[in-house]
Amino acid sequence: MSLFVDIEKRLGSFRLKVCFETADEVFAILGASGCGKSLTLKCIAGIERPDRGVIRLDGRTLFDSGKRINLPVRKRRIGYLFQDYALFPNMTVFENILCGTGDKEAARELAARFYLEGKEQLYPAQLSGGQKQRAALARMLAAKPDYLLLDEPFSALDNYLKSRLERELMEVLDEYGRRALFVSHDRNEVYRLTDRIAVMENGEVADIRSKRELFEAPRTMAAALLTGCKNVSRLEYREDGLYALDWGFYLRTADTGGQMEQKFRYAAVRAHYFEAVRELSEQDKYNTLVCDIIREIEDAFSVVILFRNQCGEQTGDYSILTAEFSREEWNEIRERTVYRGRPLCLRIPEQRIMLMER
Amino acid sequence: MDYTPLWISVKVAATATVFTFFLGLAAARLVLSLGRWKGAVDGLFSLPMVLPPTVVGFFLLLLFGRNSALGKLLERCGAAVIFTWQGAVIAAAAVAFPIMYRTARGAFEQVDADLIHAARTLGMSEIRIFFRILLPVARPGVMAAVILAFARALGEFGATIMIAGNIPGRTQTMSVAVYTAMQSGDRELAFRWVAVIMLISFVSMFFMNYIVERKGRGGV
Repeated sequence: MSLFVDIEKRLGSFRLKVCFETADEVFAILGASGCGKSLTLKCIAGIERPDRGVIRLDGRTLFDSGKRINLPVRKRRIGYLFQDYALFPNMTVFENILCGTGDKEAARELAARFYLEGKEQLYPAQLSGGQKQRAALARMLAAKPDYLLLDEPFSALDNYLKSRLERELMEVLDEYGRRALFVSHDRNEVYRLTDRIAVMENGEVADIRSKRELFEAPRTMAAALLTGCKNVSRLEYREDGLYALDWGFYLRTADTGGQMEQKFRYAAVRAHYFEAVRELSEQDKYNTLVCDIIREIEDAFSVVILFRNQCGEQTGDYSILTAEFSREEWNEIRERTVYRGRPLCLRIPEQRIMLMER
Repeated sequence: MDYTPLWISVKVAATATVFTFFLGLAAARLVLSLGRWKGAVDGLFSLPMVLPPTVVGFFLLLLFGRNSALGKLLERCGAAVIFTWQGAVIAAAAVAFPIMYRTARGAFEQVDADLIHAARTLGMSEIRIFFRILLPVARPGVMAAVILAFARALGEFGATIMIAGNIPGRTQTMSVAVYTAMQSGDRELAFRWVAVIMLISFVSMFFMNYIVERKGRGGV
């Protein structure tokens, strides 16, 4: 029981080429805007027609260019939650829900299920952002779809509403058998809501993995950046070992097997994995640097430090590193170093360095 | 003052608007669903708007005249078109049609495409989508189209005089009456008809602006 997609489509100079298969899971496509993730959803729903390929849902062929099958949208039984909900402005909430089902009783139940009781006779323009989303969800589920497509469902909402609606959506997904494809550019959202993630870049799927694997060890630079990794560097294999060109120091990692093959081209480390070290000794050549602090940015509960390696000779954008500490942690580190005129030395634990081939 | 040209004008324009309304909406919906031939069909439908009305009248005479097959058939049925008020309706409808069609199409195109996509994912049929969503959401624009088409039909002159002639009390409309009055040197009568026409035109435009503005306020 799954959704299988293998399609190609050209739109001007943009080329979409995606292939993936989902099981009974919430599957996510994570990508920057313009990477083709919404276009992929539209192809699955039948709104856009791919140039070539196959789309199958639970063995039902929705599209097959070879066999000249192209099921019309209304026969695909795929629910689509639009970014701005696409509620019909000329109909009340109740009439909107009724568009998905002819059954008034079912529509009433769905309105109640989505906390819209008393709001049934209002028009979409009279609803808040959260209520609009609930109405759109109710309408989508009223049509009893076999599969759900969710296109950036939270991007039109205020922050304080987001977490609540996210929890509601989680419940809905659990209730409906976790058969959904979710598209977003927000890594946290994707991590919380989904099971497996496809990273998309320039119209192609760069990486498909379970979310834990993806966030712990992205295989591509695009995946690392999209999963929120702030520090990346190009690599060079030197006599003394692996050298991070942009950061200006040598790396030693937990995974030595891959290093022997010299196949990695990029390294990355997340901002919150830096550790402060008290003293820098001679053998601390690896994974360690002395910071030239460029800026301290106070966040609500943490402090972000932008810095450069003191002995690094690189000047590119990637030579500026980002470290994140909790407030308490940073206060303590600052006591010891900056306030006493001592240099700030940071180290990356071996197992926290991520190496990537492309 | 003999007011029959006013009644004839209103009768002709109103009847022509009814026909134009349905034909224009159907044409707009058809062109929206076309793929490759969109440009060509759109050009064909818009032609009466850019052609001189006399050319439209010429073609209508060719089509409905006594020497054409259609004209002969109509004559046999006792439904002559030439020199009758029905002929004036055909002339007015032909000239007003492109305005109805183009304005309605513009209104349909303004409707958020995702609404239509959403309706399709909900399993709604194309006919239901048209009557339940596309038409209601585009209603202010469609109403404006109706008013513009009515105003155009009311002012029609060239094609009308060619196909329906200028028979006082039968096919003489207001715009033709202005022409006739000026020709016979009755400037006062011409002024009166001009005043009536201007009043009706102004009220129509006022109505249209009112409707379009209501749309701007997000009215349903």
